[in-house]
Amino acid sequence: MMKDNNVIQVENLSKLFGDFAAVNQISFQVKAGEIFGFLGANGAGKTTAMKMLIGISSPTSGKATVAGFDVYKETESIKKNIGYMSQKFALYDDLTVKENITFFGGIYGLSKKQIEHKRRELVEELGLQEVTNSLVASLPLGWKQKLAFSVSLLHEPKIVFLDEPTGGVDPITRRQFWEMIYKAAHNGTTIFVTTHYMDEAEYCDRVSIMVDGKIEALDTPKKLKEHYKTDTMNDVFLKLARG
Amino acid sequence: MGITISNISKSYGEITALSDISFDVKPGELFGLIGPDGAGKTTLFRILTTLLIADNGQATVAGYDVLNDYKSIRNSVGYMPGRFSLYQDLTVEENLNFFATIFGTSIEENYDLVKDIYVQIEPFKNRRAGKLSGGMKQKLALSCALIHKPKVLFLDEPTTGVDPVSRKEFWEMLKRLQKKGITILVSTPYMDEAALCDRIALIQDGNILEIDTPNAIVSHFPKPLYNISTNNMYSLIESLTNYEHTYSIFPFGEFVHYTDKRDPIDKASLKTYLESQGLTDIKIEKTQPTIEDTFMELAK
Amino acid sequence: MKRFVGFVRKEFYHIFRDKRSLFILFGMPIAQILLFGFAITNEINNVDIAILDQANDVASKEIINKIAASKHFSIVDIIQQESSIESIFKKGKVKAVLQFENNFGNNLIKEKQANVQVLTDATDPNMASTISNYISSILKKYQQELNENISIDYQIIPQSRMVYNAELKSVYMFVPGVMTVILMLVSAMMTSISITREKEQGTMEILLVSPLKPFQVIIGKVFPYIFLSVINAVVIVLLSIFVFNVPVNGSLFLLGIESVLFIITSLALGILISTISATQQTAMMISLMGLMLPTILLSGFIFPISSMPLPLQVISNIIPAKWFIIIVKGIMLKGIGIGFVLKETLILLLMTLLFIGVSVKKYKIRLE
Repeated sequence: MMKDNNVIQVENLSKLFGDFAAVNQISFQVKAGEIFGFLGANGAGKTTAMKMLIGISSPTSGKATVAGFDVYKETESIKKNIGYMSQKFALYDDLTVKENITFFGGIYGLSKKQIEHKRRELVEELGLQEVTNSLVASLPLGWKQKLAFSVSLLHEPKIVFLDEPTGGVDPITRRQFWEMIYKAAHNGTTIFVTTHYMDEAEYCDRVSIMVDGKIEALDTPKKLKEHYKTDTMNDVFLKLARG
Repeated sequence: MGITISNISKSYGEITALSDISFDVKPGELFGLIGPDGAGKTTLFRILTTLLIADNGQATVAGYDVLNDYKSIRNSVGYMPGRFSLYQDLTVEENLNFFATIFGTSIEENYDLVKDIYVQIEPFKNRRAGKLSGGMKQKLALSCALIHKPKVLFLDEPTTGVDPVSRKEFWEMLKRLQKKGITILVSTPYMDEAALCDRIALIQDGNILEIDTPNAIVSHFPKPLYNISTNNMYSLIESLTNYEHTYSIFPFGEFVHYTDKRDPIDKASLKTYLESQGLTDIKIEKTQPTIEDTFMELAK
Repeated sequence: MKRFVGFVRKEFYHIFRDKRSLFILFGMPIAQILLFGFAITNEINNVDIAILDQANDVASKEIINKIAASKHFSIVDIIQQESSIESIFKKGKVKAVLQFENNFGNNLIKEKQANVQVLTDATDPNMASTISNYISSILKKYQQELNENISIDYQIIPQSRMVYNAELKSVYMFVPGVMTVILMLVSAMMTSISITREKEQGTMEILLVSPLKPFQVIIGKVFPYIFLSVINAVVIVLLSIFVFNVPVNGSLFLLGIESVLFIITSLALGILISTISATQQTAMMISLMGLMLPTILLSGFIFPISSMPLPLQVISNIIPAKWFIIIVKGIMLKGIGIGFVLKETLILLLMTLLFIGVSVKKYKIRLE
């Protein structure tokens, strides 16, 4: 069982590529219902770390459990219990809204009835009634992203991994998106956000900052800003990354 | 010698990318075009760099008409399209060399202009561009756009996908280039970068929302703005959304940015209301609006 | 000029750094020619043949002995009259019948020339033509031996007649065909891909917003491929001469000029494809479906044009490869000069000018 209500438990996790430690002995915990920001510059190792957590890459050493499942042996169970959304790939542009929902519901093993039910709920909540039969490609970017996030929640996962979810989105839509995230977290879903956009970091309950494969800082945005005597997470990041 | 844009419109089929855009960029100015993806920034850049023809309106770049004098423009501007267009299979040095040659110049001839930037990637000059990090690609792309000493520099989302450290360095480089007399038009979806420009145009859905200096734009914010924080962000947003006096609320990191319909605001009753919703640790403080606040106010 | 050289240098970097294009450029031609070559010129062994010896004299006996001694053939039947030839073929007992005329030996000595008829079952055309070549070479050898001792030239004239498939293509036909396909593939597909790659990468935007003129970009793009395609053509011709002993009876120079013309035709097609496709994938699909298939199927390379249904025969006329195959076949195999392929050359030339004209017209100086 999960100890202390931690849905992600990472201890000294490392990933080596030859001599190069892409991820170097990182340790952290994420609590249920938390919005956890996982930050780092390009190449700091955050993608590698996330791949281990979502069960598509095997660690070199260390321990980690996600939703109570071991990242070495129980990757299939992990995959069933997490949702994933990235800015690069989220939905099929050439399928309609309805078809996307049905498809993703299907691959997570939802029954026809469940899918039907979820679809109604989701379409209503996002106000997509008019466009259920439109191709996703025709939707504005902001709508796509909100839809993609909802789709990643279809199977009611314990944890959702978001990879740079709101880059380039207009400010209002971005806020609507974060309101959705808050709501999901409020309902008990854990949110794990990897990003190098510092304004996304500001919204998280806690953030970790990776530099060269190691976690250099981990705390609430507020405490980090106090500690580094800056006004924004951006400046915290700059201080850390510039050493 | 700057840029003039008057009444430019452009549609793709049914979609209007730009509708009746007009503004000027003064010679030597660092001008920012700020707006989200899909606002029409790239379309405007392509019209100004003679890659697209506008449906309506006129524009000049460095004194040349974008339609009739397109050849002169192509000789005198530097252009860095979004997603750093480099030859991935060519090394850093080969890329720069190639762009120098096609503009009929050489690296040596204009080295002083790109030196500041190029020295940072010179240690990797034999590395293929495809193997560079985002920040290094960005610097190389900028070097390539500068190598022929352009009078006007067009940078389309140069900082997208680049980490904060590289972004900061990049803006420092732009400031230095501006001192050398180059007119720079830069677009970005990041509101926080707007403050670094001399003047900015806020753009959304093909319309210019406002054009001014960053300070002036912020000072146009119509209402007093408050930072509110409590123990629970989700309930706070829910509560304020249902509050009768709320004019606008937007989550802003650990705070909510709040404006009130009343003038002046009644802080005590707001606090009482929030407490009645079961919230604790309530803090309500006045704060300075940002460009993002103004953008959202204008875009509403 | 410096710009142009710089551009071409860049193109060569692209080509030599991409293992896939290197393979298509140099691996494919060699692989294809060897594949076609060996698949078609298969060694034949112990092929069953029948003899109809109407002469029954010393000369014919000597030749029959030589054939019997060869490991390539085994004589399974001696037939007595011409009328049984058909039935023996129909039974499928033999692949070929060798028929010596009456007074073969006498004719050879008195008239200094004699006739042998080689009848082959051409339902398997490749086999048939190989058999007939082998027999011809045995006859030739015998003739040489005769001539070594005597000063007068004796001539045995083998008359090959293919039965059942009068339209038999020569075994050598694969060389012009493969050469055509490869030049088309390399020139058209590679150019169209390399131009669309610039569009996909976004570098085309920068090239457009540079002082480079459109024709400089296009010529810069196609120049390396002209060069590489010529090398390819040379490799193919050398391979066919030295590995498969295909003769080049006509002028190598003329063959070279015609090949360059066809390369330019293909390059122009490649440019045309690139102007209508936005991605490398589309360019590749159009090249394969729109060019390669017709080139292989409708050019006369594999299926004889004269046996196609009329509509396809008409369509085959607009396929550049058809004309090039006729030219190459003429020069290599028949040894004819420019005079005999003037019409085909002019057609190719006109097509090329048309393609270049259309692509220059369609080539955009802007993005749309």
